[in-house]
Amino acid sequence: MNAFLLYTVQGLAAGSFYALAALGLAIIFGVLGVVNFAHGACYMLGAIVAAVLQDLIGLSFWPALIVVPILLFLFGVIIERLFVSRLTELDPLYNFLLTFGLSLLLVDLIKRQYGVSGLPYTRPEILSGQLSLGSIHLPTYQVFVFIFSLVICGLVWLLMTRTRIGMIVRASTEKSDLTRALGVNVKAWVTPVFGFGIALAGLAGVLAAPFRAITADMGSSFIIILFAVVVIGGLGSIVGAVVAGFLVGLVEAYGQAYAPQLSQIVIFVLMALVILIRPAGLFGREENA
Amino acid sequence: MSTATDTTGTAADQTTPSRLSRRSPARWVLLAVGLVLALSLPWFVYPPVAMDIAAWALFAVALDLLLGYAGLLSFGHAAFWGGSAYVAGLVALHTGVPFPIAVLAGAIFAMLLALPIGLLSVKRSGIYFAMVTLAFAQMLFFVVNQWRDLTGGENGVQGVPRNFFGIELVETEPFYFYYAALPLILAGMWFAWRVVHSPFGRVLVATRDNPARARALGYDVERYRVMVFVISAGLAGLAGGLFAISHGFVSLQEVSWQTSGKVVLITVLGGIGTLWGAIIGAGVIVTLEDQLASSGFEGIGIITGAVFIIVVMLFRSGIWGTVTNLIARRRGLKPESDDIGAADSEQGL
Repeated sequence: MNAFLLYTVQGLAAGSFYALAALGLAIIFGVLGVVNFAHGACYMLGAIVAAVLQDLIGLSFWPALIVVPILLFLFGVIIERLFVSRLTELDPLYNFLLTFGLSLLLVDLIKRQYGVSGLPYTRPEILSGQLSLGSIHLPTYQVFVFIFSLVICGLVWLLMTRTRIGMIVRASTEKSDLTRALGVNVKAWVTPVFGFGIALAGLAGVLAAPFRAITADMGSSFIIILFAVVVIGGLGSIVGAVVAGFLVGLVEAYGQAYAPQLSQIVIFVLMALVILIRPAGLFGREENA
Repeated sequence: MSTATDTTGTAADQTTPSRLSRRSPARWVLLAVGLVLALSLPWFVYPPVAMDIAAWALFAVALDLLLGYAGLLSFGHAAFWGGSAYVAGLVALHTGVPFPIAVLAGAIFAMLLALPIGLLSVKRSGIYFAMVTLAFAQMLFFVVNQWRDLTGGENGVQGVPRNFFGIELVETEPFYFYYAALPLILAGMWFAWRVVHSPFGRVLVATRDNPARARALGYDVERYRVMVFVISAGLAGLAGGLFAISHGFVSLQEVSWQTSGKVVLITVLGGIGTLWGAIIGAGVIVTLEDQLASSGFEGIGIITGAVFIIVVMLFRSGIWGTVTNLIARRRGLKPESDDIGAADSEQGL
């Protein structure tokens, strides 16, 4: 029982990274119609920037949770202005290809700069060790990651449901033509939304820094699983991205615990099943397919 | 407008004037130049590199059959190239049959693998199709990685022989292997060309340009897409099998998504929807990577990534497309539009 609980917590922590990053991917897709292949690279950048800033100026974990996403937001804005915006009017595949090229470039730049071995990262004292609830001991850091990401997803959800910006994002996610037709200036929101999506990937990266190996390649398998997550959840669905993110994290953790050889394959089997049964994804609707 | 049932002329003919029409001597000149180039390639570049160019060119032609003519971007074609590479390598290693037979076994395996993947993937089109094929290819990657007893896992399959009907084409004679393998490459290219210029190819273009209309005319769009997916996988498998035999080993890299990305890059760089473009793209990228690797440059992805970005931003019709557009302008014809797969199906090879 105790072991099962431990795997559950590990799964929810892994799912936290997927959920946050997939949320960013889904918002970007919703407003721009762009599938960002460089999302895994941005997650990697989040971890790398956190590690480098800790090394250079002694920036600790807590401020990094704010500073690094802001830096990645700016990075996202630059990328959107320079490249993505020039292709949004064309076939969406072009932006997919562009961001693929961008991810190749970023990964090898980081490799050249910092090599292939992991960068060190010191986690805050308070998050090391275990949480003891009676006879149950859980790793503090993983519990923290799960709660923190739930809070962030909740805040983003409030932003989406309670504010004008959120209303515009949701409207253009679900029916972008109609939103434009009603006179909403979707264009004005495109750049900040793209930056925001990238910032979420960066935030996932900062959260991963204390207990994942920080390497140039850390985003390479991450992005593929992220695609499986958004296919399972439904690309046009913000809730779907978060739920599927946690679901995939759990599947991965139970897989590693009970059938280590199959742990990665199970995720894609799950995806195949979802495509068979509900091609639009668990939370997607047909017209977004 | 002609209807899609009329296979002698298509909507494509009427919307974009053909630059190299069937009867034009330019086509035959091109074909002759291509053949001479294929036969003389190992005299210009190091023969194993020539073999790599030929294999990647066929791989890119296979991908372009899907992308340029059916409008489907597969980002998981490494599954077929790599899957076949493993099957061909293992068959050659364990049975000692002549290598063309091992390669054919690999290609058949790739087609069998493509059937379920295709059936699931064609439920979606556009960007979804790309993501789903990518994920399925990753599934194969994990299977290959885990099944160490068979595939050698991280170490790959080593010591694949090159038996050519009783003759051992050893490493020291790469020339011979190139010429032994070339007929299979050319046969694959010819087959792709036949598909494009067949009634089946015409229907494909129709399903790409206007799936709803093709459906209304009674064509089962999904079935056509699955069929071309399987054909494309078979050709990719043919290329992957030859690549594996040529190198004498098979590694995990052949089934990785980076390989899927590389063939997309080659196709886009050369020009989508033109079989010539795929060949030119392969020549450029393979030579570039070879030069970078031999000069000891770290981080090839920096260059290939930058090339990709530049092509997507500035030369969306690729090298071949840009050149033919220039020729078209000089002749006062309308250049290509900017859509993916808006190739004039008449001008491919």
